[in-house]
Amino acid sequence: MLLFLGSFLATLLHAVLMFALAPLLAGLVATLRARLLGRRGPPVWQPYLALRRLLAKTTLVPETATALYPLWPFVAFAPLAACALLVPGFSTGMITAPLSDFITLIGLLALARAAIVLAGLETGFAFGGAAAARDVLFSVFAEAALLVVLLSFVLLAQRATVDDIATVFASGHVGLSVSLGFALAAILAVALTEAGRIPVDNPAGHLELAMVHEAMLLEYSGRFLLLFEYAAMLRLLVWMSLIGSVFCPFFMARADAPWTWPLGLLCWAAKLCSGAVALAVFEISTAKMRVFRVPEFLSVAMLLGVLAGVFLFVAARIGT
Amino acid sequence: MSLDYPLAHLLGGVMLLCAFSLLSQRRLAAMIALYQIEALALTAAAFWQGFAQHAADLYLTGLITLVIKAILLPYGLREIVQRFNLIRAIETALPVGLSMIIGVGLIGVAVLVVLPVTVRAVSLTREDLAIALSIVLLGFLVMTTRRNALAQVLGFLSTENGLVLAATGMPGMPFVAELSVAMLVLLAFLVVGVFLLRIREHFDTLDLVGIEDIERRGR
Repeated sequence: MLLFLGSFLATLLHAVLMFALAPLLAGLVATLRARLLGRRGPPVWQPYLALRRLLAKTTLVPETATALYPLWPFVAFAPLAACALLVPGFSTGMITAPLSDFITLIGLLALARAAIVLAGLETGFAFGGAAAARDVLFSVFAEAALLVVLLSFVLLAQRATVDDIATVFASGHVGLSVSLGFALAAILAVALTEAGRIPVDNPAGHLELAMVHEAMLLEYSGRFLLLFEYAAMLRLLVWMSLIGSVFCPFFMARADAPWTWPLGLLCWAAKLCSGAVALAVFEISTAKMRVFRVPEFLSVAMLLGVLAGVFLFVAARIGT
Repeated sequence: MSLDYPLAHLLGGVMLLCAFSLLSQRRLAAMIALYQIEALALTAAAFWQGFAQHAADLYLTGLITLVIKAILLPYGLREIVQRFNLIRAIETALPVGLSMIIGVGLIGVAVLVVLPVTVRAVSLTREDLAIALSIVLLGFLVMTTRRNALAQVLGFLSTENGLVLAATGMPGMPFVAELSVAMLVLLAFLVVGVFLLRIREHFDTLDLVGIEDIERRGR
C-alpha cells in the first residue's frame, strides 16, 4: 500500500512538472539561442506570457471550415498529454510505467501528427495543404527510422516499455555498445524532425514557403492555437525526457522510494538543461535544409538504425 | 566489467559513423570536418589500445595520427579549397540514397566475411576488424561514387584510417609499418595536391569528367 502511494505521488509530481515546465523548456531554448546569436532574447518565461495572451484572444472560425474544425486541437493535444504521462522523467517505476510501451508512444505521436495534418487541410488553405503534405512525407521516414531503432532497443534490453529499457540500461549490464551510438544518432535525427527544430523546420520562421508545423496552424487562433502551441512545447519536453531516460538513465529515482527523488529531480533538470544547450548550439550552427533533402536526412537515420541492428546480431554471435 | 572491449568498440563505432556519413555529404567542408572527427576518433582509439595493451609504440601511432591526420591534412585540404576557390558542392555519380544503401550492404559483407574467418581470434580484435574492414570498404565506395577529385582523396584517406584502426587492434603489429604508412599518406597527399593543381589548370574544375573526355577521345 505504501509502495503504491509512493509511485502514485511520484506520478502526480511527474505530471505536474511535465505540464508546468513544458513552456519553460521552450523558453529556455529560445533564450539560449538568442544569447548565442549575440542578441538579448526574450525572457525565459516568455512562452507563458504568449500562452496567456492567446487565452485572452478571440477564437475565430473560418467560414470555409467544416464542423470538425474545433475538434482537431483537442485530438492533437490529448495524445501528447498521454505521452507526457507515460515517458519517464525523473523516476522509473511510476504507475504509468507498464503502459509506456515504445510502440504505444510511436502511435500516440502519430495520432497527434495526424490531427495536426488534418487541421492543416481543414480550411482548404493552400499553405496548410502544402505543409500537411510535407509533414506526412517526413513522418513516413521518421516513423520507419524510429521503428528500426526500437528493434535494437528491444534486442538489447529484452523489454519493450521505455521504463524497463531505462531500468535495464541503468543497471549497466548493457554497457557501451556501438549499436547504442548508432541508435542515438538515429533517434536524435528523428527527434529533431518530430519536434520541428532547425535542420528540418524553423519554429521561429515566418516565411510561408519554408514553414511546416506553423503553416498548418495559420488558420487557427485564440484558444485553439494555444492548445496547438502548448502541444508543441509538450512534444519537445517528451522527446528530451525520452532520450534522456533511454540514453542517460543514471541517477534516476525509484518512484516507490521518496528519498531518491531529490537526486532524480536534480538529474532530470540537468539533463533537460544540457539538452536545451545542445539543441540551441546545434540550431545556431546549422542551416535549415531544403524540404526535399529531409527524406534523405531521415533515411540516413533509418540506415543507422539498421546498422545498429546489424551490429547487435554481430555481438550476439560473438558472445555465444 | 572491463572497459577495454566496449570502449575500443565504441571508438571504432564513431569512426564507422563518420565513414558512413562521408557518403551522405554533398559539401566539401562537411566532408573534411567528418574526416577530421574520424581521425580524432582514431587517435583516441590508438591511445586507448596503447593503454590497454601496454604498448608504448601505439601512443606514438596515436601522436602521429593526431598531428598528421587530424591537424595537418584537414588544414591542407581546407587550404586547397580556399586557395583554388573550388565549388564547394560535390557532384555524385550515384544518387546519395542508393550509395548509402550500398554502404549498408558493404558493412554487412564486411561483417559476414570477417566473423567466420577469425573464429579463433580474440574477440577484441574480431569486432574491431569487422569495423575496420567496413571503414575501408566505405572509403572505396566514396572514391567510386564521387566525381570531385578532392572528395575522392577524402575517400582514400578514410580508407587509410580504417587500415590503421585494424593495425592498432592487432597486438604485435610492428611500428615501422605504421610509420611508413603515415608517411606514405602524407606523400600521397602532396602528390595529389600537385595533381589537383594540374587538373585545375587544364580544365578549370576538379570534376573528373574532363579527364574521362580525353580518355574517350584517345580510344
